[in-house]
Amino acid sequence: MSEIIMQIDGIEVAAEEGMTVLDAAQKAGISIPTLCYLETLEPYGACRLCTVEVEVRGRTNLVAACLYPVEKDLIVRTRTEKVDKIRKMILELLLAHAPVARGLKMQEYAEEYGADKNRFEKEPSFCIQCGLCVRYCAEIKKKNAICFVNKGPSREIQFIPEIAAKECWSCTECFPLCPTEYLQGVFVLTKALAFPSAPMGPTVEE
Amino acid sequence: MPRINSAAELEELRKGILAQKDPDKPCISVCAGIACLGSGNAEVLSAFEEEIKKQSLDAKVDLIATGCHGFCEKGPIVVIYPEEICYLEVTPEDVPEIISQTILGKQVIDRLIYTDSDTGTKAAHQSEIPFYKNQSRLLIGNSPKINPKSIEDYLAVGGYSALSKALFEMSPEGVLDEIKKANLRGRGGGGFPAGSKWETTRNAQPGVDKYVIVNAHEGEPGAFMDRALFTGNPHLILEGLIIGAYAIGSHQGFIYTRHDTPVLRKNLDLALAQAKEYGFLGDNILGSGFSFNVDVHLDVGIFVSGESSALMKSIEGMPPEPRPKYIRTSVTGIWDRPSNLNNVETWANVPQIISNGYEWYSSIGTERSKGTKLISLSGNIVNSGVVEVPMGTSLREIVFDFGGGIPNGKKLKAIHFGGPMGGTIPESLIDTPLDFDELSKLGASLGAGDMLVLDEDTCMVEMARLFLDFLAGESCGKCVPCREGMRQMLKILTNMTQGEGKEGDIKLLEEISGVVGEAALCSLGRSIQKPLISMLKYFRDEFEAHINEKRCPANACKELN
Repeated sequence: MSEIIMQIDGIEVAAEEGMTVLDAAQKAGISIPTLCYLETLEPYGACRLCTVEVEVRGRTNLVAACLYPVEKDLIVRTRTEKVDKIRKMILELLLAHAPVARGLKMQEYAEEYGADKNRFEKEPSFCIQCGLCVRYCAEIKKKNAICFVNKGPSREIQFIPEIAAKECWSCTECFPLCPTEYLQGVFVLTKALAFPSAPMGPTVEE
Repeated sequence: MPRINSAAELEELRKGILAQKDPDKPCISVCAGIACLGSGNAEVLSAFEEEIKKQSLDAKVDLIATGCHGFCEKGPIVVIYPEEICYLEVTPEDVPEIISQTILGKQVIDRLIYTDSDTGTKAAHQSEIPFYKNQSRLLIGNSPKINPKSIEDYLAVGGYSALSKALFEMSPEGVLDEIKKANLRGRGGGGFPAGSKWETTRNAQPGVDKYVIVNAHEGEPGAFMDRALFTGNPHLILEGLIIGAYAIGSHQGFIYTRHDTPVLRKNLDLALAQAKEYGFLGDNILGSGFSFNVDVHLDVGIFVSGESSALMKSIEGMPPEPRPKYIRTSVTGIWDRPSNLNNVETWANVPQIISNGYEWYSSIGTERSKGTKLISLSGNIVNSGVVEVPMGTSLREIVFDFGGGIPNGKKLKAIHFGGPMGGTIPESLIDTPLDFDELSKLGASLGAGDMLVLDEDTCMVEMARLFLDFLAGESCGKCVPCREGMRQMLKILTNMTQGEGKEGDIKLLEEISGVVGEAALCSLGRSIQKPLISMLKYFRDEFEAHINEKRCPANACKELN
């Protein structure tokens, strides 16, 4: 494979064709925050926390590092004022759903970017819809026991009772993937199995 | 009907169709557009059928249900050819009189023709009515004259001659060159040059199958021109698509449309079957050696499926979620193959460019926006409907000359373009020409051509809220900026309209908008803030009044006044 020389935060980085900006940065030891990314899964591009600024032939653009392919002479800036502002806002928007996230990542990021967890009115569902559980079940376990339902702001995760009843208790591998709360998966699964015809989604009040 | 096997055979057939038509035979054209359907054209149609039968006039008069005539406000519309006498707001009770007076007696019925409500001036012929008079109905003008279910009607108005010209007199490169030189820009909203897009797909992945697609997923509230054109004249779009496929080197096309437009689907299926039967589709089209097929694909009922990559996912049979990858669909689209997507109106422009040449086409419009544009006029306007005007026409003309101004003596406040992803401009900018770039500069991109006219009683805060509320049900909800940004913006705006706006709300809205506009995953996500931003630009004081004085300057927010 041909080597691609590019620049990340002023440092010259060697990448390989087919890599993403995130791959190249990780290889060079430059950290870019992610919530919906997992090495073993297809990049998803949903949380947008890995947004970075790229410059190609003098034109700059904001892109998701987990998806943007590397190319020769690409210039990447991972911490511009704009990038930080975007990350801070994304975290604040998510903290409204998971204000007491026990997952370490969310707390660390919130501190690093100065995100105020009280900026937006709280709707604690604990789910930030990173899709890690959904995609892990589909891509790795190939069971599709958990999926997304609904659209727009009412999008939620939901176990499919018929599949979950057979597959989930012996697996539970998706629980620890959750960036907010291990018990989130437990709760949604229990709810799906105990009340298969209850209104969809993890929040009781809805 | 046997297949047509050459250009000469096509012209022979056309001659035969025209020879059978008696130019003096009366033809009653009843608009069967979607608005006229709603105002009772079905009853009018059956009254005509009955009356014709009763008076045994079957052989002496033709009756056709056509596509949209455009003047939706005054439907059901009936036009009588060859005189082109136009009757408005026709009821079944008027029908016997129309038959006896106009068809048999050649008399115009005064009370059914257009009367100007201010001056009392009357107009008996369609082309004399102010709404129609100064339009350039290059695309939609044939709709009142043809039965969308009849390919022969389309052939009678010169249909498929552009295809024949392209296949037999031009190379694919020549066709591509013509479209590029004509500077045809995409009518779906982006205004991207169609020729460049075609060329990208043509040159992408050599040896791999390529696709051409009609985006007929017109989903914005207030946009109804594509449906009007496609339902009324499906062969026009089909002809454009086949020509495009020839230029691009594609042998498979898709028409992506809505599941909830059954009339369009019916006409489309029929048009495809007829085109196949006559040899305009299938193997060895018109004996040229070029082969091309088309399939229709229906959406699953969500606005985001009109986004190019989501649309292609949907055709693949997957949920219509926009693809997050940084590759163009023109290079890597359906099943990762090069796929060229254009909207209905863009394809409809192709046949006339091929027939008349790029020089003719580029003589219409402005320097950088060529041709005509279909506009669906709605909102607080006297004449809601579909108009077609040359690019460069001033908004003032559209609103006041074609649209007839604002009803109930109210003042014009603003014009909103492009639905929930578009923008609003204030009345003071009404002399702006209809032009992709001029409007973009003002923060109100033309969009697909839907123009919502707003009068002085409209609250802009409520309008901004309304558009976001619509999008909340239509976004896929995958990425955080769009899903969560929308949720918070909607909350803030709802609070404002209920007298619970807080200091700092405007700044917060702008901050969220900035993040959504730059960080969302797809073009829908990156546009959800656009109406709000344009309204904040031109009507900031209204937002401030809602917050600071708990007052709605338009007296529209019930909880504030």
